[in-house]
Amino acid sequence: MSEPIIQIRNVTKRFGNLAAVDNVSLDILAGEFLVLLGPSGCGKTTLLRMIAGFEMPTEGQILIDGQDMSYVPPNKRPVNMVFQSYAVFPHMSVTDNVGYGLKIARVGKTDIRERVEEALALVRLDGLGGRMPDQLSGGQRQRVALARSLVMRPKVLLLDEPLSALDAKLRAQMQFELADIQDKVGITFVTVTHDQDEALSMACRVAVVNKGQIAQLAVPSDLYEYPANRFVADFIGSVNIFEGRLVVDEPERAVVDCPEIGRIYLNHGVTGAHDAAVWAALRPEKMTMSKRGAGAAKDAPDGHNQAEGQIRGMSYLGDITIYEVKLASGRTIRVSRPNLSRFDQEGFTWDDKVSLHWHPSSPVVLLS
Amino acid sequence: MSWFRRRTPVAPLDYGRRLWMRAWIAAVALFLYAPLLVLIVFSFNDSRANIVWKGFTFKYYGKVFHNEGLLTALGNSLTIALLATIFSLILGALAAVLLWRFRFPFKASVEGTMALPIVVPEICMGVAMLVFFAAIDWPNDLVWPLSLGAITIAHITFCFPFVALVVRARLASFNREEEEAAKDLGATEWQSFRDVLLPHMKPGLVAGALLSFTLSLDDFVITFFTSGPNTITFPVKVYSMVRFSVTPEVNAVSALLILLTVVLTTVALKLQDVSAEAKA
Repeated sequence: MSEPIIQIRNVTKRFGNLAAVDNVSLDILAGEFLVLLGPSGCGKTTLLRMIAGFEMPTEGQILIDGQDMSYVPPNKRPVNMVFQSYAVFPHMSVTDNVGYGLKIARVGKTDIRERVEEALALVRLDGLGGRMPDQLSGGQRQRVALARSLVMRPKVLLLDEPLSALDAKLRAQMQFELADIQDKVGITFVTVTHDQDEALSMACRVAVVNKGQIAQLAVPSDLYEYPANRFVADFIGSVNIFEGRLVVDEPERAVVDCPEIGRIYLNHGVTGAHDAAVWAALRPEKMTMSKRGAGAAKDAPDGHNQAEGQIRGMSYLGDITIYEVKLASGRTIRVSRPNLSRFDQEGFTWDDKVSLHWHPSSPVVLLS
Repeated sequence: MSWFRRRTPVAPLDYGRRLWMRAWIAAVALFLYAPLLVLIVFSFNDSRANIVWKGFTFKYYGKVFHNEGLLTALGNSLTIALLATIFSLILGALAAVLLWRFRFPFKASVEGTMALPIVVPEICMGVAMLVFFAAIDWPNDLVWPLSLGAITIAHITFCFPFVALVVRARLASFNREEEEAAKDLGATEWQSFRDVLLPHMKPGLVAGALLSFTLSLDDFVITFFTSGPNTITFPVKVYSMVRFSVTPEVNAVSALLILLTVVLTTVALKLQDVSAEAKA
């Protein structure tokens, strides 16, 4: 799991004046599950279609297993794709759908039958080979598309928004199943999605794409806890971002002065110029809320890492409750609390005056 | 007191129970099918004049099968219809795929020009064809079936736009990801066309073929202008027979033609059903 199976080198794709993909370089490692995550129209699908060969890069090149793919048409590439619409052939039975690629490749009939059965068993569709696509549910149709690609034993399997058409329960189930199948077959998976839950739960690594460029490439937990910039911090999960100035920056501590929430103290240094404009990001679950005056920030100098406010809104989600707290500065932020007990002792409610504080390791300083 | 109870009220979409709607349907059926029924019934009429019912007979059917001129005309018509259908199907399907798949300069004008034979009055088409074939000195002394060339060409020109139209409409519902999926699985351009696009086009092709065949079979105006003395088609022959008198023989021939088209349509629909069942 070390050498790259796909190398994307300075690839740009322009449609007219618009650069859908803008000078992207990316190494995809053999055997990993990489997710391209981004809002719609960010260029992630274009990137995937360039790997499959359905779009040609305007500039740059793509190497698969060390070979330049610039002049290789889609039907000669060692990759297979699962389409967003599944694109199951409606006039062929499940068996014929799954065996289509092998038939084109002139594999022997008995071999085809064996491999098709094996692939159907892998996606848990055994026994449904004789069905026609219109007799299948959406989830089953997707499994057919998956089996049809896996049966080709590609070096890389590309999946375009594979779960977007499924309902929530089935989607959650398929997330685990996809990861499980990937584990079993050991093929490199590259998936495109706009759903962060999907990305975080399935991926080995996630590449967050924004405006044709990769905003950050990291393992899911790093993406959440160490976002590289405001876009990633905001796109992954929920976050409060405050504009401020870096007033203290030493190897062991740093202070960001934010007009909206006060002084934020960190127990580590930040590599930035003194007095530079920076942004401090605080996740809603990383703040502690108490009745006014009841709690105080730990491990921070007086007056740092705390704020006063009033609850202006709350939404109960079962496992957690999200509160909207209006600060003295007028800014409203989100704070979440897990509902650890069935009976909330403190019983926060509308218009309660509250104090907030957080640990010096919680805030993230963003330079862009 | 059940007879006193009001009957169920007429629901908004319950058109079948409205009197004016029933009357309308009856009128349509009357004007559409009564003439055909009369035609068929009188083909069994034992009278030359064919105005009053004189008695039942099969003899005009026998006469039809011994009328050599009529049978030759029928043979000509069927040959022309078959050839025109085959060529229209190929041309129309290709034109539809071209217009659906590609973008090229003057595409809109090409599309418009192609649909011209549908809207141009048939009489103009007929005269144009007559003048055209005269101008290029099209030989009219060829042996059968080459002698049918001019009519066949004329029929293809007005049949293939219909095929293109129907197939194009069918193509609009095609999911292009299916074609990409076929290529992704290793298929060449031709293989993906054969295995994915063509099966999708099939209902359109069957409908287009039916249209072409019937259009060609019963075309009179254009054929009248392009046929020579040795290339009489069935409608032209019937017309010339009617000019003398409407005999039961004409009725018998027409009844046979109706039978033929009904059988062909049924077969085509059955074929469609079979393919739909194989799918299901």
